[in-house]
Amino acid sequence: MTETTSSETDHAGGKRLLSYLGAHMREYGLLIALIAIMLCFQIVTDGTLLRPVNITNLFLQNSYIIIMALGMLIVIVGGNIDLSVGSVMGFVGALAAVMIVEWNVPVSVTVLTCLFAGIVIGAAQGYWVAYWNIPSFIVTLAGMLVFRGASLWLLEGQSVGPFPQSFQMLSTGFVADLIPPLGDAISAVTGDKRVNGLAMLVGLVSVGTIIWSGLRVRAQNKAYGIEDEPTSFFVARNVIVAGAILFLVYKLSTFRGLPNVLITMGVLTLIYAFITERTTLGRRIYALGGNRKAAKLSGIATERLTFFTFVNMGFLAALAGLIFAARLNTATPKAGFALELDVIAAVFIGGASMSGGVGKIVGAVVGAFIMGVMNNGMSIMGIGIDYQQVIKGLVLLAAVIFDVYNKQKQG
Amino acid sequence: MTTLLEMREISKTFPGVRALDNVTFSVEDGEIHALVGENGAGKSTLMKVLSGIYPQGEYGGEIIFDGATMAFSGISDSERHGIIIIHQELALVPLLSIAENLFLGNECATNGVISWRETFQRTEGLLRKVGLREAPQTLVDKLGVGKQQLVEIAKALSKEVRLLILDEPTAALSESDSQALLDLILELKAQGVTSIIISHKLNEVRRVADTITVLRDGATVATHNARTEKVTEDRIVRDMVGRSIENRYPERDRHAGEMLLEVENWTVTHPEHADRLSVRDVSFNVRAGEVVGIAGLMGAGRTELAMSLFGQSYGRNATGTVRVRGETVDISTVGRAIKAGLAYVTEDRKALGLILDETIHKNITLANLAEVSRRGVLNSHAETRVAEKYRQAMNIRTPSVFQRVVNLSGGNQQKVVLSKWLFAGPEVLILDEPTRGIDVGAKLEIYNIINDLSRQGKGVVMISSEMPELLGLCDRIYVMNEGALVGELAAKDASQERIMSLIVTE
Repeated sequence: MTETTSSETDHAGGKRLLSYLGAHMREYGLLIALIAIMLCFQIVTDGTLLRPVNITNLFLQNSYIIIMALGMLIVIVGGNIDLSVGSVMGFVGALAAVMIVEWNVPVSVTVLTCLFAGIVIGAAQGYWVAYWNIPSFIVTLAGMLVFRGASLWLLEGQSVGPFPQSFQMLSTGFVADLIPPLGDAISAVTGDKRVNGLAMLVGLVSVGTIIWSGLRVRAQNKAYGIEDEPTSFFVARNVIVAGAILFLVYKLSTFRGLPNVLITMGVLTLIYAFITERTTLGRRIYALGGNRKAAKLSGIATERLTFFTFVNMGFLAALAGLIFAARLNTATPKAGFALELDVIAAVFIGGASMSGGVGKIVGAVVGAFIMGVMNNGMSIMGIGIDYQQVIKGLVLLAAVIFDVYNKQKQG
Repeated sequence: MTTLLEMREISKTFPGVRALDNVTFSVEDGEIHALVGENGAGKSTLMKVLSGIYPQGEYGGEIIFDGATMAFSGISDSERHGIIIIHQELALVPLLSIAENLFLGNECATNGVISWRETFQRTEGLLRKVGLREAPQTLVDKLGVGKQQLVEIAKALSKEVRLLILDEPTAALSESDSQALLDLILELKAQGVTSIIISHKLNEVRRVADTITVLRDGATVATHNARTEKVTEDRIVRDMVGRSIENRYPERDRHAGEMLLEVENWTVTHPEHADRLSVRDVSFNVRAGEVVGIAGLMGAGRTELAMSLFGQSYGRNATGTVRVRGETVDISTVGRAIKAGLAYVTEDRKALGLILDETIHKNITLANLAEVSRRGVLNSHAETRVAEKYRQAMNIRTPSVFQRVVNLSGGNQQKVVLSKWLFAGPEVLILDEPTRGIDVGAKLEIYNIINDLSRQGKGVVMISSEMPELLGLCDRIYVMNEGALVGELAAKDASQERIMSLIVTE
């Protein structure tokens, strides 16, 4: 008797796990895909992909895409699109180069001016979209041409550089090791030559925070009787995430520690994840994209909100432009060319919907990493740019087909 | 009379649900057969089986049409046999002309070249048949819903229809358009067209139907011959819900309290034609605890009046005064109108009232996020509590408040919209066609909610095209026609005839 009962509950439990997995296939699928792709490249590149120097490189290479993906996700969730970000990024880089190199403006003033320029550009485009109802596709297509031309004009067709050291720090700088004893203690155990203590501490603290907040949310959900992730999934997911973070941080710490851009990127990701998931502002943006008319009739200032999404995008595109220019140490008229497509692809791989109202910050970031790891891995393997484009295109298509298929299956 | 259609022991299961359970349904040649039942009773599923949307093999049972066993593989297959279904959501292309719509996919063409002369000639003939006086070149976009419905029927007639299926044909129509449509169906019957009509409006069913079949929970519960026996509406309702609904319009104490909303000389210009007024010099008021109806035909300006009051969501250049509790209020944006104490439950809940892909709880809190947040940060548990409260109070039937709204039935969706606006804490609620497309049982629940609101001292403005509903619920009824108020009646003096005569004599 007891045996039958327990096997029945096992059976029911298994079914529940499966149905939960089915309903949340997208989120797990994305994470699993990223890990699978990384392992795959790790094997075919004979371990080059996960060498400390390459991991550092991966972050530096993709930081500007991720930063723009944050803004693009918000624009797309709001039911619009921004095709101009690549050009805006190039233009801001050009502006910075001209100001610093040719006009000798101090770096701090230049950075502030450039960020402000990004906000103004975003506002100029958002104005037409929000208050004149002109399709964002058209407004930003125009913006793409205008700012591509404007950067050519600013740079007079030449590359301008190099930048002073202080400006390069934006991108290629590393945070100094503030607590070497911790690093020394760890290196004594692992036997590595040097280990950056601060990097390890940041890694440990973030893992701790992730697990702690996860447990707290679970406890609250239980108290309110909200159906939650099955325990086994929660444990597995946290073990994988924590393991991955510690692994990456350890690798970074044996190289030069935490890159400045990683901190910028991480902090921005946290802020935007919080805004989209926990604030009324975020909720209103999802409502705007989900049904603009219903949102307006619920008292939401839809025009102002649309305007804001573009201003925000302009700001982030400007920041990305500064980081990109700092990394190349020069501004070229070609900078940011066709980059908007990578950014948009990252957001859609991350699960956002073309019609708006659906998508997550974490999804967009993971989507950007998937694109980034593929770029990086294929380059290490020596695959030509021609094949790279084809493969990236097919991955984007596959991700969206997977999405649609999943949605239909559910019903 | 011979039997045109016989459906024998039809069964259809969806994962987890048995939608049809051995349904037997037969239609005589040349009759009008009404199919009634609550939402989810299986009417639409049965018609989808019949029209081949669920092809042979996906259901159990047998379809015999015109003496032969049929195995339809799809909708085009059933159309070839003359079975044509007109859905509730019309399938017309708005930016094409009437003629282009009529012959869409069936063009009068030789080798792909369209003969416009033939197209227009045949269109004129068909339009005459359905009594629609419009040029064939008119864009469908420019027609009202009633006329669009006629275009759909003309389209069916262009295909040599044997059996015409109309799914809720009058749901979106005004009283007079509905009458015209029903007359047309009777007229087609005289010409030998057999029809199946699915409807929630029992008075219409009684008017036109020769036979009435009632479905409940996926099974046939009764078939009445309306020509030989007298079938009362109460009898049909009893069959539909499986119990007798004693009072279709529940009673409530009627007492009007202090003045809540006063609108004076409200005038609104049409959004596109600057020389046309959509609302003309309208003045009305609502007291605490009152339910005030606004009657009128489709296009009388009722929705335009409501939406222009609610944050000028309709039209331009609104002028006039609006007072809440005696104080003049600013209602120039939706946010300000909400703050002034107004709420507007829209007529079109899917397109304007809900975010269908979002969950129930996110929809309920949307109009009052301030209440569940602090300094812009949401408190998800407060949100859940609020949603749970309304789920119980409103009896929203759902496994949890984290379900997406798109999965709910029409009645439950409407309860979510009402919850959203109750949570916004208004003084006066404007309900625009709150029971449209909702089954009898859910309607009663909505009526009870309205009575509750009145008991709590809220003011309710109810716009409805169903006059019995207004007569059954309201304390006073304003009658509107062509953008202006043409009369005001106290409940005890009002009747359908008096309302109609006010509209007609103006």
